[in-house]
Amino acid sequence: MEDEWRPKQCSVLLPTESMKTMAESVGVGQLQEESCVALTEEVSYRIKEIIQDALKFMHHGKRRKLTSNDIDHALKMKNVEPLYGFQSQEFIPFRFASGGGRELHFYEEKEVDLSDIINTPLPRVPLEVSLKASKEQQKTESTEPLKAVKPGQEEEGAIQGKGQGAAATEGKGKEKNVARLKARSTHELSVEQQLYYKEITEACVGSCEAKRAEALQSIATDPGLYQMLPRFSTFISEGVRVNVVQNNLALLIYLMRMVKALMDNPTLYLEKYLHELIPAVVTCIVSKQLCLRPDVDNHWALRDFAARLMAQSCKTFSTTTNNIQSRITKTFTKSLLDDRTQWTTRYGCIAGLSELGPDVIKTLILPRLPVEGARIKAVLEGPVISNIDKIGAEHVQSLLLKHCAGVIAKTRPLPDNLEQYRADYSYLGPLLHSHVVKARAQATLQAQQVNRTTVTITQSRPTLPASQSSLGGTGGSRAPSIIKVPSSLTLMSTRPGTPTQPSPSATKYIVMATSAGAASTQQVITLGASQSSSPVTSTVPSSASAQQPLVKVETAGGGASSVGGSRTLQKYIVVSLPTSSSSSSSSETKSSTTVPSSSASPISAEPTVKTERSESPGASFHGSH
Amino acid sequence: MAAVQDAPVEADNEKEIKTETLNDAAGNHASAAGGVIPSPPVASTSSSGPAKAGGPGSEEQQTLMAVLQFLKKNNFVGAVDVLRREAGILEDSDESQGQELAASALGGAEAGDATCTLSRASSCTTSTPAVAAAPAKGGEDQPDVNVVLSAYSQQGDPALYQGYYSGLKKFVESVLDCHRAELSQLFYPLFVHMYLELVYNNHETEAKAFFEKFSGDQECYYQDDLRVLSGLTKKEHMKGNETLLDFRTSKFVLRISRDSYQLLKRHLQERQNNQIWNIIQEHLYIDIFDGMPRSKSQIDSMSGSLAGEAKREANKAKVFYGLLKEPEIDVPLDDEDEEGENEEGKPKKKKPKKDSMGSKSKKQDPNAPQQNRIPLPELKDSDKLDKIMYMKEATKRIRLGPESLPSICFYTFLNAYQGLTAVDFTDDSSLIAGGFADSTVRVWSVTPKKLRSVKSAADLNLIDKESDDVLERIMDEKSASESKILYGHSGPVYGVSFSPDRNYLLSCSEDGTVRLWSLQTFTCLVGYKGHNYPVWDTQFSPYGYYFISGGHDRVARLWATDHYQPLRMFAGHLADITCTQFHPNSNYVATGSADRTVRLWDILNGNCVRIFTGHKGPIHSLAFSPNGKYLASGATDGRVLLWDIGHGLMIGELKGHTDTVYSLKFSRDGEILASGSMDNTVRLWDSIKAFDDIETDDFTAATGHIHLPENSQELLLGTYMTKSTPVIHLHFTRRNLLLAAGAYNP
Repeated sequence: MEDEWRPKQCSVLLPTESMKTMAESVGVGQLQEESCVALTEEVSYRIKEIIQDALKFMHHGKRRKLTSNDIDHALKMKNVEPLYGFQSQEFIPFRFASGGGRELHFYEEKEVDLSDIINTPLPRVPLEVSLKASKEQQKTESTEPLKAVKPGQEEEGAIQGKGQGAAATEGKGKEKNVARLKARSTHELSVEQQLYYKEITEACVGSCEAKRAEALQSIATDPGLYQMLPRFSTFISEGVRVNVVQNNLALLIYLMRMVKALMDNPTLYLEKYLHELIPAVVTCIVSKQLCLRPDVDNHWALRDFAARLMAQSCKTFSTTTNNIQSRITKTFTKSLLDDRTQWTTRYGCIAGLSELGPDVIKTLILPRLPVEGARIKAVLEGPVISNIDKIGAEHVQSLLLKHCAGVIAKTRPLPDNLEQYRADYSYLGPLLHSHVVKARAQATLQAQQVNRTTVTITQSRPTLPASQSSLGGTGGSRAPSIIKVPSSLTLMSTRPGTPTQPSPSATKYIVMATSAGAASTQQVITLGASQSSSPVTSTVPSSASAQQPLVKVETAGGGASSVGGSRTLQKYIVVSLPTSSSSSSSSETKSSTTVPSSSASPISAEPTVKTERSESPGASFHGSH
Repeated sequence: MAAVQDAPVEADNEKEIKTETLNDAAGNHASAAGGVIPSPPVASTSSSGPAKAGGPGSEEQQTLMAVLQFLKKNNFVGAVDVLRREAGILEDSDESQGQELAASALGGAEAGDATCTLSRASSCTTSTPAVAAAPAKGGEDQPDVNVVLSAYSQQGDPALYQGYYSGLKKFVESVLDCHRAELSQLFYPLFVHMYLELVYNNHETEAKAFFEKFSGDQECYYQDDLRVLSGLTKKEHMKGNETLLDFRTSKFVLRISRDSYQLLKRHLQERQNNQIWNIIQEHLYIDIFDGMPRSKSQIDSMSGSLAGEAKREANKAKVFYGLLKEPEIDVPLDDEDEEGENEEGKPKKKKPKKDSMGSKSKKQDPNAPQQNRIPLPELKDSDKLDKIMYMKEATKRIRLGPESLPSICFYTFLNAYQGLTAVDFTDDSSLIAGGFADSTVRVWSVTPKKLRSVKSAADLNLIDKESDDVLERIMDEKSASESKILYGHSGPVYGVSFSPDRNYLLSCSEDGTVRLWSLQTFTCLVGYKGHNYPVWDTQFSPYGYYFISGGHDRVARLWATDHYQPLRMFAGHLADITCTQFHPNSNYVATGSADRTVRLWDILNGNCVRIFTGHKGPIHSLAFSPNGKYLASGATDGRVLLWDIGHGLMIGELKGHTDTVYSLKFSRDGEILASGSMDNTVRLWDSIKAFDDIETDDFTAATGHIHLPENSQELLLGTYMTKSTPVIHLHFTRRNLLLAAGAYNP
C-alpha cells in the first residue's frame, strides 16, 4: 500500500576484515582477498537465513525480543550445533578493541576460577510461577463497559493509569496487573529543587552538626517540599536499608531525625509515603543489630526514638482503612511472643508497644511481665552466657520498669503490697513495687510542684549520642546533649525528641538545681565526650549564662541508674528566675510543663534563642516571651 | 520433509514422502470418482512446458511419470506397482513417457509453445502445489528437481531485464484506471521471477541492480519475502532455500478479469516481449474471470499470501459446515423447570443460533455431515454427566450483545521469567495449562478442588474395588496441590490443549514431539514422533480422540490418541504451519501458516477444501464460530479476518490491534468475537453485525469479489488494556464469562 521506510536490503554484507579476523582466530592466516569476498557473501547470507528462522521462534515464544536461545533453536533446526555459552536473557555485552589498524567487537570470555563459583553463595531461588486473577466486571444492564475505552480513545485510556489518585480509584476492577498501583509518572524537579534536595540530603547525613540542624530545621519548616517528598521518602527507606546492613548507627539516627523533621512539617502530608517510611522506622525499632558493637554503642536510644516516631505516626495517620496502628501492634506482639526473639528486637517491640499508650501497655505488656521477668532472670542471674545478652536483658528490664510502673501506678489500687507484687509479676515484682511507690510519690510531689509554678520536664535520656564514640566524621570533641536554657524555656515538646548528634562545640553547660526542693544551689552539668553517657555534674556558679534558671533534676531510680544511658525516669524541674536581661515583668514565669518521657530533649546547639515549635498543649502555655 | 534437503536422506523420511504421495494420488482419484471437481496434481511439470500435444490429460500423465520415476529411483517397488495399477499405466508407456519427460525437461520449454500454454493457463484445473513440493524437495540431485531449476535456464540478455520491467510498468501506468489495479498485481511475481532468473544465471550485479531499482515498488506486505530474497545473491543460495523453492514450484495465482487480460496479452504480443511472456506462462497462473475488473481495495484485501490468491476452483468443494446432532441423553429429573429447559435446550446447546435461523432441532441440518462421516468415540458415562453439567450451565448463560458485554477475568502469570508460550483452559474452565519456554508444562486448578493424582499401583491393590466411592478412593490425598508440573519435553513448549473430558493434555514442543499427558497420574503417556522439526501448535478434536498438529515441516498431521503414527497428513502449505483448529463438527481442520494463507482440510479424504488468502503476515490464531459457519483468523499484522466457510469468502476485516493477534474466541452463542494480542489488549467485536452486513449480497457470493466495509471501528465494542501483559489466550466459560491469560512482562 503506501510506501514505507524501506531498508537498503541488498547491500548489507559483513566487512571482509571480519572474515580475516575469524579466519585468524581458527588458525588460517593469509586469507586471499577473493576468498574473503566470497566468504563474506556466503556468511552474510547464512547469518540472515538463521536470523530469519530465529524470528519464527521469537514469534512463537510470544516475545518481542530476539534472544540467543532463538538463534540456538534456529541453528538446531538447520542441523547445526548451537552456540553454547551465550545464554543471556538481556543482552550480551560486546567489547570493543582496536589495534594494528583493525577494529574489533568481541565477546569477552573471562577465565573463571571454579572454586570461586563453588564457594559463592547460591543465588536466591527464583519465585515460582503463580497465577493471579483480576477481573473486569461488567453489569449486564449497563449500556457500556465500565472501564472500556471507546474506539478512538485508546490514548486516553493509556494515560488513565497514571498518577496516584487514578491508581487508587482503579485499584479494583479492570484487568490491570499487580504493578498497577504504582505511580508511573515521574515528577520532574526544577534545577533549584534538585540542588536543594542534594544539599539537604548531604547535610542531613554529613558530618557537620550545625549544617544538619539547619537542614532539619529547613525540612521541618519549609513549605513547598511536597514535590520532593517522594524522593525524601525513598532516600530514607533506601538509606535505612543500606545502613542497617552496614550497622551504621549514626546514619540511621540521622535518617530517623529526617523522618521526624518531615513529620514536623505541617505542610507535608506523609500518608502516601508511609509505605516507605514505616518499614524504615520499624526496622530501626526492631532490627537485631543496628551498630557494630552492640555491647558498647547505645542503639537503645535509637530504638526508643524510632518507637516514638512510630507512635506518633500511628496517632496521626492510623485510620480504619489502613489500620496502621493495629497492624503495627500485631507485628510487635508477634515477635514479642516469639521465644527466639533476640533481646535487641524484644527491646524494640516493647518500646514500640509502650509508646502506643497506657492502654496498649495494660493489655499487651502487663500480662507478659511474669514471662519476661523469668526470661530476664534467667539471663541476669543464671550463668553468664554473653555480655551482650546481659546488657540486653538489663535494658529490657529497665524499659519494662519505666513504662509499666507508671501504668500500674495509675491502674492498680492501693496499697502496694510487695508480696502481692511478687505474686503478680514474679521476678519483676519487687522492682516494680519500688518503682510504683516512687511513681506514686512523685505524682503527689509533682502536683505540689505544679502548684508552686514550676516547669517539670520528664526526660529519660538526655545524652543519647554520647555513647557513640565511634562515629566517624565528628571531630575529636563531642559535646552531645546540650540543654541550653535561654531566657525562655525551650525544653518541651510532646513530639518525639531528637537524639542529638555530636556537635563540634566543645562543652555546653546546663544549669540545674540538684537537690529536690532546694532551689538554691545551681549546678552546671557538663556533657563531655566521654564514653559513658552519664552527665558529668559539677557544681559551678552559673556565670556562663545570663539567665539563672533553676533546674531541678530528680532521678527516680537513684543516682546509679542514670549511668549507662540514663534510662530511668528523670525529671528536670526547671524554675526560671527573673533575670536582669529579661524584659519581662518581675513576676516569675509561671509555666509548668510535663514532657512525658520524651527523649533526649530538643536541643539547639547555637547560643541563640530558639524556640522549639511545639504544638503540645502542655507546652503551649509556657514561654515567657 | 524439509529434512530431506539438508540432511542425508533417511529411510524414515522417504517413507513419509511415499505415504503422502500415495495419499494424495488416492485422494484425488477418490474425489474424481465421487463426481467432485477433479483436481489432478500438476506437480513438477508445471515448470516445463509439455513437449507433445498439450492437453491436460498428458500433463497429468507426466506428473505420474515423474512420481513413478522418483519412486523407482528410490526402490519403492511396491509403491510403483500400486500407483501404476491405480493410474492404469502400462509399463512400457511408463518407460517411454519417462524418456520424453526427461527430454522435454532438458530441452526446456520453447517460446513457440506459448499459445498452447496459454490455452492451458485458461483452462487448467486446480493444481495441488503440495504434490509438486513433495518430490521437488527430494534432493537437489533428483532429476525432477533439475526440471524445476531448468525453468530458469533459458534466458534473455540480462541487461535488458530492467528495460522489460520498466516497459511493463509504463504500460500498466498508461492503461485505464479500472485495469491498472488488476494489472499491477503482475509486478510482484514478475519482479521475483526476473530477479531469480538473473541470480540463477549468475548475473549477480545485474540482479542486485534490478533488485535495488524495483524492490521499492512492491507492496509493503511483501516486505518479509523481499527480505529473504535480498539475502539471496548466488545460485548456490537457491539450493536449500525453502521460500525460493516455493516461488519456483508453485505458481503464483492472479485473478484478472478477461478484459484486463486481453489488454495485457495484446501489449506483450505487440512488443514481442517474450521474456515476460515466458515468465507469465511458466510461473504464473492467471485465473481469468468474466465481469467487472476489481478495484484496488478489493485486490488488496485478497492478496498478500506467498503464492498469490487462491484459485476460485480451490474453494468450490462442498463443505459440510453444519453441526452434528447431539446424542440423546436422559437428563435426571431434578425439577420440572430444569427438565423443560433441557428438552428444548438439548439440541440447541452448541448451536443456539440455529434456533433463530428457524431450523428444527430434531431435524438434520442440511449442511451438516453424516453423523458417522468421521467415526467418533462413543460417549462414556462420565461424558454424559459432563454434558448434563454443560446443559445446566448453559441455561444460566448470559446472552451477550453490544448492549451486554461479557465480564473479563484475566489470569496473569506472575514470575514467568522463563517465558510463557502457550495457555489452554478446559471447556468447563476448571483447569489452566501453561506451556513454558523452559520445556515444562504446568497445570493449575482454578477451582478450590485441588489436583490429585491416582495412587501408585501397589496402593491401588489395597483399596476395596466394590465400594461406592471407589473413584474417590483411588486418588492420593497426599498429592493434592494447586498446580502440577509436567516434565518431559526438551525444548520450549509451543502449544497445549486439553482433551474435552479433562483426562488428557497435549503439548507440542520445539523438540519435534507431541506429548500426551494423563491428568489422572500427571505423567506422560505417549510421545508422538513424526514432525522432525518444531511443532508450533496442536489441538484436540472437540469430541476427543483425534488431534491435529502442525509445525515447521509444513505438514499438518492428524493423529488418534491410540495410534503412534499419524492418520492423515495435510500437505500444501508453503511455509510453517503456525496454528491449527478443529471445526466444531470434527470433520474439518483449519490450519494457518506463515505463507499467509488459511487452509481448511477435510479429515475424511485429506483434501484441501478451502484456501483463504488475504492476510499480510503469518497467521497465529484461528477460531470457528460456534455454529460452524464462520472462521476468524488473526495474524502478525494485527488484523483479524472473518471468513464464510460455506461460500469460501472473506466477509470481514477487523482492524484495531497494533501487534500480533495471538488468540481469538467466539462467545458461546457466537455474538461476540474476542481477540487478544501482543499489544496488551483484549478487544471485543460485534460478530453478528459483521456477518449480517455481508450475507445479503448475492453477487459477491457468485464471484467472490467482496466489498469490505472501510471502517471496522463500528464493530469494535470495547478495548481492554493490561498494563504489560500480552494476551495469549482467551476462553469463554459456559456462562459466557470471558477468561484471558498472559504472562506479566515487566
